[in-house]
Amino acid sequence: MWDYLKLAGLGLVAVCAAIAANYAHDLAYQVNAITVMLAAGIAFLWVLRTAGDVKPDRRHEYFDSVVRAGAIATAFWGAVGFLVGVIIALQLAFPQLNFEFLQGYGNFGRLRPLHTSAVIFAFGGNALIMSSFYIVQRTCATRLFGGSLGWFVFWGWQLVIVLAASGYVLGATQSKEYAEPVWYVDILITAVWVGLLVAFMGTLFKRKEPHIYVANWFLLSMILTVAMLHLVNNAAIPVSIFGSAQVQAYAGVQDAMVQWWYGHNAVGFFLTAGFLGMMYYFVPKQAERPVYSYKLSIIHFWALIFLYIWAGPHHLHYTALPDWASTLGMVFSVILWMPSWGGMINGLMTLSGAWDKLRTDPIIRMMVVSIGFYGMSTFEGPMMSIKAVNSLSHYTDWTIGHVHSGALGWNGMITFGVLYYLVPRLWNRERLYSLKLVSWHFWLATIGIVLYASSMWVTGIMEGLMWREVDANGFLVNAFADTVAAKFPMYVVRATGGLLFLTGALIMCWNLWMTVRAHPARATQHSAVPAE
Amino acid sequence: METYSFLRHMADSWFLLAMTLGFLALCVWAFRPGSRAMHQEVAGSIFRNDDSPADRNPAQKEA
Repeated sequence: MWDYLKLAGLGLVAVCAAIAANYAHDLAYQVNAITVMLAAGIAFLWVLRTAGDVKPDRRHEYFDSVVRAGAIATAFWGAVGFLVGVIIALQLAFPQLNFEFLQGYGNFGRLRPLHTSAVIFAFGGNALIMSSFYIVQRTCATRLFGGSLGWFVFWGWQLVIVLAASGYVLGATQSKEYAEPVWYVDILITAVWVGLLVAFMGTLFKRKEPHIYVANWFLLSMILTVAMLHLVNNAAIPVSIFGSAQVQAYAGVQDAMVQWWYGHNAVGFFLTAGFLGMMYYFVPKQAERPVYSYKLSIIHFWALIFLYIWAGPHHLHYTALPDWASTLGMVFSVILWMPSWGGMINGLMTLSGAWDKLRTDPIIRMMVVSIGFYGMSTFEGPMMSIKAVNSLSHYTDWTIGHVHSGALGWNGMITFGVLYYLVPRLWNRERLYSLKLVSWHFWLATIGIVLYASSMWVTGIMEGLMWREVDANGFLVNAFADTVAAKFPMYVVRATGGLLFLTGALIMCWNLWMTVRAHPARATQHSAVPAE
Repeated sequence: METYSFLRHMADSWFLLAMTLGFLALCVWAFRPGSRAMHQEVAGSIFRNDDSPADRNPAQKEA
């Protein structure tokens, strides 16, 4: 019966998408409608082919196939996102790479949201969904709630990524940073996210452990807050149901404030709380010691919850936003420094008594460096939110450097560590294919980030100083184009750093692939158990 | 009261105070006497149930 309902639903979606593609007002909408039609068609065939199959009883096993798919997707989208990043870095250094024949599709303006969304939502999002599913099952000692709901979340999220990415290139965007997807993609995101929430909460409700481990608090706060942010920031009215254009519900400074309330909390909850959930589970697991202080992790959690939500206005210093609001944002950003460093210390000190692992275990090294970058960017961020500093740093490349030391250093490195931890376990392999390649990845990535961050500091501060330089008569000394010319060497260094980081990620993909392919599966405790 | 004044009033007075007090209360609660044993137990819980759920069916357990 359930299969028939699914078939009817998928068939209906495919037909509606075909009709929508026919009446489409713009190319992006048409391509997206055809994508939805194909996705629904493939899902329809899949359900049809497997309808009525006797499903083995897996209630007493963990739902790890979806986590495996998540690991593949994380590695794949990571490589794609980093590649687009290197391309746009080169386009900034060498504008000739904005080829004439790609105008309107492959130039910097179109590719930049593709890069940011690919790394944040495709790479980071898949890492978060994969880790949530893995962690919540292990810490609750029960199978993921909702049957194959996990598969809906996984494939739904991939569809979101493909729709958003193809839409950006063809010009569908609502022009909100990190929230570019247009109204119908936003609706799909909402559906997938509710699925994630139900699967996660349902697992928590049927847990066999008496307590909810702190990593789950962070992950749940990520899911709930992102749901709230997404709904408020994307409030919009479509111009037509057959087009990608829409009108935002808010205007002017209100819209800006809502956008940066969303933007900063996306950083705070998607890229920080969610990844802290990964840290609080995978670092103790890899170090084989419990977290340094559980109390500190609780305080870390509540401090982030209470503080992050206020920090958004620091993106709007010296704008039409009222002064008190930006001061409030600044003050809370500075206060955030303390709990962030508390959390960093908690993560690092988990290794106390096991510091020798730093020498022997490149995965721990990766995790430790990521925690180090978490500390660095949560110091840099509050500093840049101070109005006096912000008047120099805002609109310059310093901001981009800051974002990347957080994203490459903290989010990237912890995700690599998690992938190296998970892949041998998920595919039942004795060990990784090569620890030496992990070391190569580690050094390439670290040197890449250092090149990236330091070149952006130099060019950012240089830009800030050049823009404010006035002569004896009070006239500006430099034209904007002067700063562009002066930045060239730094842009080349930045692209080189990105290239090193990408190379490291490709080495990781190779290493993980060979881990899955090359080694025979280890004997598990299941293999001795006769099937029922 | 228009939205602006309401939000401004909320942000610089009772709501800010309520959130601060709530936060402090939660911190104090984390340090309540007798919490240490429980926290140690939870911190160590991640080292259990790595390969299969705790509710594996009895038939499998006996084997």
